[in-house]
Amino acid sequence: MDLWLLCFHHFLEVSMTVAYNQDRYSRHLMLKGFGGDAQLKLTSARVLMIGAGGLGCPALQYLAAAGVGEIGIVDDDVVSLSNLQRQVLYRTQDIGKKKASVAAAQLHELNPDIRVTPYLLRLDTSNAIELFSGYDIIVDGTDNFATRYLINDACVILRKPLVFAAVFQYEGQLAVFNVPDAAGIKTNYRDLFESPPSAADAPDCNEAGVLGVLPGTMGMMQATEVIKLITGLGKPLINKLLIYQALEAESYTVSLQPSQQAAALAPQTAEAFQRMDYEWFCNATINKVAELDPETFETLTELADVKVVDVREFGEYPRARFKHTQIPLSLLLQEIPAFEEARIVVFCQSGKRSLQAAAIIKETIKPHQEVYSLKGGILAL
Amino acid sequence: MPFGQIAEITGADAFQLEAADTDQVQQALYKRFPALEKRAYAIAVNKVIVKDNTMLSSGSVVALLPPFSGG
Repeated sequence: MDLWLLCFHHFLEVSMTVAYNQDRYSRHLMLKGFGGDAQLKLTSARVLMIGAGGLGCPALQYLAAAGVGEIGIVDDDVVSLSNLQRQVLYRTQDIGKKKASVAAAQLHELNPDIRVTPYLLRLDTSNAIELFSGYDIIVDGTDNFATRYLINDACVILRKPLVFAAVFQYEGQLAVFNVPDAAGIKTNYRDLFESPPSAADAPDCNEAGVLGVLPGTMGMMQATEVIKLITGLGKPLINKLLIYQALEAESYTVSLQPSQQAAALAPQTAEAFQRMDYEWFCNATINKVAELDPETFETLTELADVKVVDVREFGEYPRARFKHTQIPLSLLLQEIPAFEEARIVVFCQSGKRSLQAAAIIKETIKPHQEVYSLKGGILAL
Repeated sequence: MPFGQIAEITGADAFQLEAADTDQVQQALYKRFPALEKRAYAIAVNKVIVKDNTMLSSGSVVALLPPFSGG
């Protein structure tokens, strides 16, 4: 009997040492309040990062370094030059390569003791439920509302903890969704914003720009929340939204409450979720504006009784070499001039701001007038 | 207190308004900043997100929080 106990002890010790490398995690192991138990929890945790961009890069690096045992990376995009200003896992030589593959390879070099799985696919309603089921925590580092609502709704259905972050220019938002507080109350993204705004209403980094270090800060805050959730340390940002303002070096935290009317708008079952069309759902109002292809645009701009409007801000390049008037979107938002022409054609850099401008102008025009937006913007010409 | 895209319309700084409830705050803001009316945002009163019209008292802080999509 004594011998058996001894063996059992010995076995436990051995299994503890093979579970993780003592030296690699020594600063965690010596950290008061952390120690071997917390490290073992990290080693056995499975985390799925969706989006390997500005938020994903720093979050992934620190989760891998911390020894999260299994990490999945979902991204179907490739590295581009303009990503390198903030997506610190990639190098200039990686341009054109799949982000998830490059990120997985980098993380493997950082920590070969963990398992990293790249998923080179676009998350949709047909694969989300199955993919999420294999992980304990989902981390949202995507860059569009359609995918953000999709992730949120799938996590609600699966009761899966979701660590959310999003950025706009110099500000970031952070929250932990679907994790009950001590009273059993939990909230999700729809309790904050019931239904998505139009894409034009909330431009992404491609349109609005972003301070490169900001998604770094927010991504690391996501990794911090993930580590807190896994280890049980501290107070995760449950039922709260934190807004970080980089320029003020300030943060503002608000409380969230479950909203029944918000819950009623979300799909309740996996079957209902799979029938959702999130792209349409997020662009319903914008789709009503007619978009022009470059050929039609060029034909139309040569006609009489057409007003061509550049809604980019002053000083943006390339300059338009055809006849046009410039009214930046920021000015249009203040006041919409009365257009006399029968057709108003708006364009911007990539076709997003012009959609918003067209939607605004459309509400003020007379019945005989039409508004069009150049699809793909001046870059498509 | 305006954040994000809302601050682009109203200016970044917080300012004072006379209003009895959040509906009145919105009406006053729409009069001053018509572009705001078409914007999506959540309202927080004294750091709590509210969905329905909410009574305010002297010194209440109302924050307008737009959704961010960037990542």
